[in-house]
Amino acid sequence: MIAYIVRRTLYGGVTVLGVLVFLFVLFFSVTTPDDIARRALGEKAPPEALAQWKVNHGYDKPALWNPGRPADTLLVEHFRRMLTFDFGRSDADDTPIADRLRRGVGPSLCLTVPLFVIGLALGIALALFVAFFRETYIDRAGVFVCVLAMSISMLLYIIGAQYLVGKLLRWFPISGFDASPDVLLRFLALPLLVGILSGEGSSVRFYRTVFVEEMSRDYVRTARAKGCSDGRIMWHHVLRNAAIPILTNVIIAIPFLFTGSILLESFFGIPGLGSVTVDAINGNDFATLRTMVYIGSLLFVAGQILTDISYVLVDPRVRLQ
Amino acid sequence: MFWWTRGSACSEAAALAMEAHVLSNVVTLLLVGGGLGALWRVRHDVVWRTAGRELVRRRPVALAVVGLYVLVALCDSYAWVGGREAVDGGDAVAVHEPRSVIDRLFPADFAEKSYSAPLAEHEFYGGAALRYPGRHVLGTDILGRDVLHLTLKGARVALLIGGFTSLIVIPLALVFGVAAGYFGRRVDDGVFFVMSTLASMPGLLLLIALIMVLGRGTLQVCLALGVTSWVGFCRVVRGETLKVRELEYVQAAAALGLSDLRIIVRHVLPNLTHLVVITFVLLFSGLVLSEAVLSWLGIGIDGSWGQMIDQARDELSRDPVIWWNLAAASTALFALILTVNVLGDALRDVLDPRTLRERL
Repeated sequence: MIAYIVRRTLYGGVTVLGVLVFLFVLFFSVTTPDDIARRALGEKAPPEALAQWKVNHGYDKPALWNPGRPADTLLVEHFRRMLTFDFGRSDADDTPIADRLRRGVGPSLCLTVPLFVIGLALGIALALFVAFFRETYIDRAGVFVCVLAMSISMLLYIIGAQYLVGKLLRWFPISGFDASPDVLLRFLALPLLVGILSGEGSSVRFYRTVFVEEMSRDYVRTARAKGCSDGRIMWHHVLRNAAIPILTNVIIAIPFLFTGSILLESFFGIPGLGSVTVDAINGNDFATLRTMVYIGSLLFVAGQILTDISYVLVDPRVRLQ
Repeated sequence: MFWWTRGSACSEAAALAMEAHVLSNVVTLLLVGGGLGALWRVRHDVVWRTAGRELVRRRPVALAVVGLYVLVALCDSYAWVGGREAVDGGDAVAVHEPRSVIDRLFPADFAEKSYSAPLAEHEFYGGAALRYPGRHVLGTDILGRDVLHLTLKGARVALLIGGFTSLIVIPLALVFGVAAGYFGRRVDDGVFFVMSTLASMPGLLLLIALIMVLGRGTLQVCLALGVTSWVGFCRVVRGETLKVRELEYVQAAAALGLSDLRIIVRHVLPNLTHLVVITFVLLFSGLVLSEAVLSWLGIGIDGSWGQMIDQARDELSRDPVIWWNLAAASTALFALILTVNVLGDALRDVLDPRTLRERL
């Protein structure tokens, strides 16, 4: 088991290195530091200003090969910074990127954790319900509603909810954020509602497929033959066996709770990591964007390793090779 | 070729616009020709024929709606210069800009100064008389452009996003997926590494990073969407190739001494076509929805429904509410995505090899 975890982690490390190479190509070769400086200062900026900007932001090195000092290149610098989590300063307003990340994680988690837990519980409950009535009109209607819900753009959910609940009914504030516990829920209610509504279509459909497939197995027939009630079969037999494919989907999503939701956060004015990303787009802030992609991939690789390990723990049929 | 006779005032920009619409016409005709040719080739193939019939029988409405969208998009893709158009009740004037079939359904200056409600006689703010009273079926937007016209033109952008990106995704995924599945070992390891590297970057973030780096524009957005979405398809192709490679007739072909290339082209690829069709349809709706999100972030494609929705965001906070812009764009988007989703599911049922064998 330990050997497996080590090997899996090593492969994850190789993947992260691959991501770093990709990011280097993207951010230092496809767009050169000159491009980045020009975008920050404008097309008509004088060459001296561009050069000064590059010095200030650490872009003033040869990209791949420095004859005198081979370690003093952008490539080495890029790897060193990313691997030691020393992300430097933002290209847009010179604030340390690490500070921004630290400030953004809290609000992001406030939104994503409840969203994840409620969404998961509701999705599984609805899917169990629909699967229980499979091949009936309830099932067909349920699947159709799921497809309907999947076909609506996220934008429309957000605009619709802000208009309907926020403006017409005036139940909750349209946007904003306040970390004090008594008003936090009022600010989070609307983004939570939108997030759950928009995500439920595809997840209910996915879980339903899993359940329906499990329900056609032999052990379900055996359980029925020995006189188990339908409820017990669903809760005790089907749900437990279906947990394995669901687990893969769920654990891989956990790391992304930290990166927040770009759309929900910027629409509802939540100062989380999603908003940091949107600010980076609007401010041509390549350094922050690069860091966000890197952290996202780190978290994804971690999630993958966790998934594989949990697979082994949950399913005795899975053998390590 | 009269545009240079008008002297130097007609600059390079006009020449470029000219070439752009000629190019788009050629591409449109090629697409129509290619589509008809493909249909002609598979018309006797029993698998595709039964699948097609079954699809028509099961989902006639969805097929008709998608067909309508395609028709509108094709009509909007074929443009030409010339002809005369009536303007504002006055005399007809010659048209100097390329105008598509859809454009020609509307008068050449079919615009007002600013907002007007559907079928209104007067402007929304101020109440001045409109140039075309009662003729803007879906009203006009902030710049006075006819919303129905914009919505119809959005169909072309949506199909362009889906179609053009698929042109990037499908060859890429087929080449790498088949190579990895067929040759295995080192090739497989390499492809697998590239796939896991790309897949480990969060989709939307990678998309944003790519567009920031490549710049904003139709081609760049499609390219970025292609890079982020080929991995999933590649994985499917690789898995299917692994299965097909073990089939007896493929082994037999190898034993007969056929070259790898010939085996792939003759025996492996035909077994993947159903996957290509299904994935194309399922991919399509995701791509169009992603573009809407990108439009909202300010890095989308000009003229898309996503941009119309984005513009309509603060129109809802006005009083009285301006709803027609948002309603038109989102209805068009929703109807397309819904029918494509429905069609994709039906197509999967129809083309799935497991059900295929039962029907033959």
